[in-house]
Amino acid sequence: MTDAAGATIRTEDLRKTYKTSRGDVPAVRGIDLSVASGQFFGLLGPNGAGKSTTIGMLTTLVLPTGGRAWVAGLDVVADPVGVKRRIGVVTQNNTLDMQLTVAENLEFRSRFFGLGLREASRRASQLLEVFGLADRRKAMSTDLSGGQAKRLLIARALVHRPDVLFLDEPTAGLDPQTRVNLWDILRVLHAEGQTILLTTHYMEEAEALCEQIAVIDHGEVLASGTVNELKESAGAETVITVRYEDAVPGDMTERAGLARLAHRPGVSKVEADGDYVRVFTREPEGVLGELVTAGSAAGLTVRDATQLKPSLETVFLTLTGREYRE
Amino acid sequence: MTTTSPRGVRGDGSPRERGVPGGRPPGLAGVAALIADAPVPRPTLARTFNAMMAREFRVLRRNAIATFTRAVMQPLLFVFVFAYVFPKIGGGFMLGGGAAAGAAGAGAAGGVNFATILVPGLMASMLLMQGIMAVTFPLVMEFSWQRTIEDRALAPVPIRVLAIQKIVAGAVQSFIGAVIVFPIVLLVHAAGQAPHVHVTNWALFALILVFASLLTSSLGLLLGTIMDPRKMQMLFAVILLPATMLGCVYYPWSALHHIRWLQIAVLVNPMVYMSEGLRAVLTPVLGHMAMWGVLLALIGGTVVFGYLGTRTFTKRVLN
Repeated sequence: MTDAAGATIRTEDLRKTYKTSRGDVPAVRGIDLSVASGQFFGLLGPNGAGKSTTIGMLTTLVLPTGGRAWVAGLDVVADPVGVKRRIGVVTQNNTLDMQLTVAENLEFRSRFFGLGLREASRRASQLLEVFGLADRRKAMSTDLSGGQAKRLLIARALVHRPDVLFLDEPTAGLDPQTRVNLWDILRVLHAEGQTILLTTHYMEEAEALCEQIAVIDHGEVLASGTVNELKESAGAETVITVRYEDAVPGDMTERAGLARLAHRPGVSKVEADGDYVRVFTREPEGVLGELVTAGSAAGLTVRDATQLKPSLETVFLTLTGREYRE
Repeated sequence: MTTTSPRGVRGDGSPRERGVPGGRPPGLAGVAALIADAPVPRPTLARTFNAMMAREFRVLRRNAIATFTRAVMQPLLFVFVFAYVFPKIGGGFMLGGGAAAGAAGAGAAGGVNFATILVPGLMASMLLMQGIMAVTFPLVMEFSWQRTIEDRALAPVPIRVLAIQKIVAGAVQSFIGAVIVFPIVLLVHAAGQAPHVHVTNWALFALILVFASLLTSSLGLLLGTIMDPRKMQMLFAVILLPATMLGCVYYPWSALHHIRWLQIAVLVNPMVYMSEGLRAVLTPVLGHMAMWGVLLALIGGTVVFGYLGTRTFTKRVLN
């Protein structure tokens, strides 16, 4: 189901401020999102950026303190039950029912969504088979490994063919192989037309899976678009950082010819702060060499140097001026 | 650790997938079928509620031995000591001159033994114990650590329905806990020390049991949503122990007229009304509180605690 604008998920100036004993803490500060039906949408940001709070509001378990949000055409505050009927949620924590077996987790979830006993049991078997858990069906859910538990959480979110599948940090804490397996599952779901909203703090995950990405930090959307659009909008720049053994002197810019570097074709910005100099450029050729030369002219020894090709990481750097913290 | 780590090592070491590099990848063709072949959900309030109750019974059945032991041991030991051991080691020891005399002093019929006083009291005590064990403890678990409460909070019903479901499920457990007391007190006693139990009004008895059960599970819900999990041991010291010791479990309320201030002070304790209500219908030979007061307190208490518990529960779930 979509709204008039054709969006399955839409938010308008969505806000959440937590009241604590130390005063108001804004977690989400006015977010506008629009996710089309069938889209694989990623909310990318570091820990504490407001991703989980946003997903909490969209899944009706967190009450917004401002703005509005619609999922499957329904207002999340006015009709939470209607929204819950149409969504599947893979929580960040292991929220499996610890008192139930693997199969029972799926059977009872199916029954919560109105399936009859036989139908629920059939659906559970199907999901267990597909998610490679059939041989663990009688195990208590507490006995599953991390990867198995995550697969069961995804299976459980799919019992009733949700309009939207929400995944909150689905691969956090999983080993690389398990992560890739989960990516494969999500890609197939997407190919089958499943609308998916995923939050992640892994750049490569967003880049590997999502058609549309909103980069979010400190409760605000910094930029959104496809991976390529984001790279383009941030100038598709290569970011070259050189760290020296000692602090960069304040007058290094003039003295060692960094000013000249700033006038090189393709360079948009030169930053010198603390012990590093960072150059944002479309034409990275030779820049690193110049930084090393400039350093020795100023009496500095190079400690390490990095050159980041245009990626979400450089986008984040360009947008926030901060290195990405996972 | 997971099934599918590169070296094929798994955390739980179960034999099925051990040594299989990468574990068994899920069948991707099947994933597509999951979407195409999905059943159409038709949730209604009643279906979801019933499914949640079915889940409680499944868990109850799984933990039957532990639950049963918990429900049997306390009344069994009490009855054994008070209705068997004490009468055997000397009628005058504590009981003759203590509680029973107090009961007699309160205008009860002569020849009332302690077992008779204990029947309604123990039932009330079990109601409270089971209500709290069945609701408060699981709830504190569900709210802490992984917040597993979100599992059922995402079911397609309003959150307050989930709260009401927890009250009902807890009440069923309290009810069972109270009923288990019956055979124990009737069977375990020294010769001639059988309790004088005589139910005159079964409908009233049932009404009192049902509301007493609902009252304890409502209280359990409220406590489970306001308790700090790190201070759970306080529950015994601050709630369970005083409620039981000062809940007219071991003495009828009327006997407290010797200590007037206490007789009035204990009226804040919901246990008093459970004990006294059951005393009125089970062992009418003893003096008991007026029935209107009992019913008012039980029904009123259920409404008040139920309302407050549902409110705090909803606030904790929706943050």
